[in-house]
Amino acid sequence: MPLVKSGAVTADPFVTVADDAPLPDGAVIVSAARLLSGDPALAAHRGPLGVAWPNSSDVSLIVPHLPRLALVALAFPKFRDGRAFSQARLLRERYGFRGEVRATGNVLQDQVLFMARSGFDAFALEKGADAAAFKAALARYSVFYQPTADGRPTVRDLRSAAPARTLEAAE
Amino acid sequence: MYVHDEFDRAFLAERVEDFRGQVARRLSGALNEEEFKPLRLMNGVYLQLHAYMLRVCIPYGTLSATQLRALAAVARKYDRGYGHFTTRQNIQFNWIKLAELPDAMADLAKVGIHGIQTSGNCIRNTTTDPWAGAAPDEIEDPRLYAEIIRQWSTLHPEFTFLPRKFKIAITAATHDRAAIKVHDIGLRLHRRDGETGFEVIVGGGLGRSPFIGKTIRDFLPKQHLLSYLEAVLRTYNLEGRRDNIYKARIKIQVHEIGLEEFTRRVEAEWEAIREGTLRLDEEAIDQVRAHFATPAFDALEDGPAALAAALQDPGFALWHANVVAPHKAPGHAIVTLSLKPIGGPPGDATADQMDAIAELAELYAYGEVRVAHEQNLTFPHVRQKDLPELWRRLDAIGVATPNVGLVSDIISCPGLDYCSLANTRSIPIAQAISERFADGARAAEIGRLHLNISGCINACGHHHIGHIGILGVDKKDEEFFQIVLGGKGNFKARLGELIGPAIPESEIVDAVERIVDTYLELRTSPSETFIAAVERLGLDPFKERAYASR
Repeated sequence: MPLVKSGAVTADPFVTVADDAPLPDGAVIVSAARLLSGDPALAAHRGPLGVAWPNSSDVSLIVPHLPRLALVALAFPKFRDGRAFSQARLLRERYGFRGEVRATGNVLQDQVLFMARSGFDAFALEKGADAAAFKAALARYSVFYQPTADGRPTVRDLRSAAPARTLEAAE
Repeated sequence: MYVHDEFDRAFLAERVEDFRGQVARRLSGALNEEEFKPLRLMNGVYLQLHAYMLRVCIPYGTLSATQLRALAAVARKYDRGYGHFTTRQNIQFNWIKLAELPDAMADLAKVGIHGIQTSGNCIRNTTTDPWAGAAPDEIEDPRLYAEIIRQWSTLHPEFTFLPRKFKIAITAATHDRAAIKVHDIGLRLHRRDGETGFEVIVGGGLGRSPFIGKTIRDFLPKQHLLSYLEAVLRTYNLEGRRDNIYKARIKIQVHEIGLEEFTRRVEAEWEAIREGTLRLDEEAIDQVRAHFATPAFDALEDGPAALAAALQDPGFALWHANVVAPHKAPGHAIVTLSLKPIGGPPGDATADQMDAIAELAELYAYGEVRVAHEQNLTFPHVRQKDLPELWRRLDAIGVATPNVGLVSDIISCPGLDYCSLANTRSIPIAQAISERFADGARAAEIGRLHLNISGCINACGHHHIGHIGILGVDKKDEEFFQIVLGGKGNFKARLGELIGPAIPESEIVDAVERIVDTYLELRTSPSETFIAAVERLGLDPFKERAYASR
């Protein structure tokens, strides 16, 4: 599956590991159940650790583990199921998570901008998806009305700044 | 009027191009219909029985004359010369070709209107009182807050794939003309201890499981409006049901977990975000207020001589008594334009009518037009001295039927004539009932009576809150109609009660007439309205007569 990050297709260093399999060296993604089980192998693991978090579980349960996590993968089982948008915002805005937040599942190019605005910074595309189109989709809008953790200026910010610009031009 | 600025215009232009690309991908086959569906829906494009339908958003029901002309032009150029105003202050075009949709949208975007979020599982057009900014009984113009909500909810990244659609309505008056108790969120602006804030009502809605909304907060200071909405929406987005489309509205969530628990969760979420970036300080509110150009009303006196003289004309007097309401500014009035001509499809207006109405708005109404949820139009600001001339000119284009609020002012869904969900037709039933009560004197004698018709259980015609509600049901491929009585959509909202078995199409108009006759016979005096009589008498006398011939 192609992985898009920072607007480009990148190699995915993470390996998803089944619950009953030993952890290989390097970057791994484990299930939420395994993360919460207190498996000593996780504490001993020396590479980057990620978790695949289902969209039906309360993300506040990850909080104690966040310092140890390099990645949280949030799921879109169907594109219509938008719970992970809220989960991503909570991870970024309330719990201050700075690692990778990856969108997995039925990730469509027409949603990718919403995902980026909600705090996702990596997108696992389905087979055959057009990575260039994803990049274009991320740049399609220049105007945003609501503040989110992506830090883009909102219309309100731009309007507040507008008189100042006029003033500068006058000087 | 809210005046769009460079940012609003840039956004709309980008949106049109985005949709143009999506249509191109659909036409080329890169997107199949299933993949295209959520994208077109989010731009207000439905696939109906016969064609694609475009629903255009009229934010909080306010249109400039220029915008109304643009709607007329779209009706003429891309459709069959008419449009249909809906119960949520929007307009629908029923015959637009897919390949031409982006051009139609580009034409509309030039005047600041669009179809964004008129469909799909997102936050829909925030509706309000059609008399906003004009009514004497409001504490503030609610459109200011409707616009703040519009901006916040436009392509909201978190709330665009909700469990189900989400509708917000707001009012600031002592009379509810926006049906706020049958919305996912209803907001009532009021004052407490000198401060302005909102009563927040959640979980109302019609459809197959109708509920009256419940108050989760009596008073929310206005600066917290958006953070509170975000808390409600997040609670719904994360925990609302997604396993069954018919149980996915917030009303079911509130009903299943209970008001107390739902409120607890919302308040807990709100506590975490209330002082964050969504806080609306005075500066933020003023920034939006500055975009509203309020008309500078002429200094006039109430009851000018020209009006007094014209009232000698019985035709004018009848219209005046029916459609003209008091205005907050002296010498002015609010005028409703009935889109319910006797025998016509409720809520339809032709392109020629729209153009003429736009011209009249400029001449007599400070250039402003509103859409009301009863599927009529309103001129919110008319000089009283201009009323006689306005009446003549409205009458000439067929929008001066003096039946506003009367039995022939029927709310009706499009029904099986257009809609792919409908079980029965509803427009022809509305037309037949309207013809039965065509006699204006008789309709006036009957007085205030809201008759609402839905062609299926989805209840787009709001039959649950009609004083008389009619619901079309399919029985072995034949169209039957249930009757409910006693519904109301105002602050004292209640759902109508079913009076008995469904009635075949051939008998429905007679049954309605017998119910109305029963009221006329049993009312204590002409001042006892139909709804008051139903509340006093209960269903039995009406039920008995409705089925009397069978």
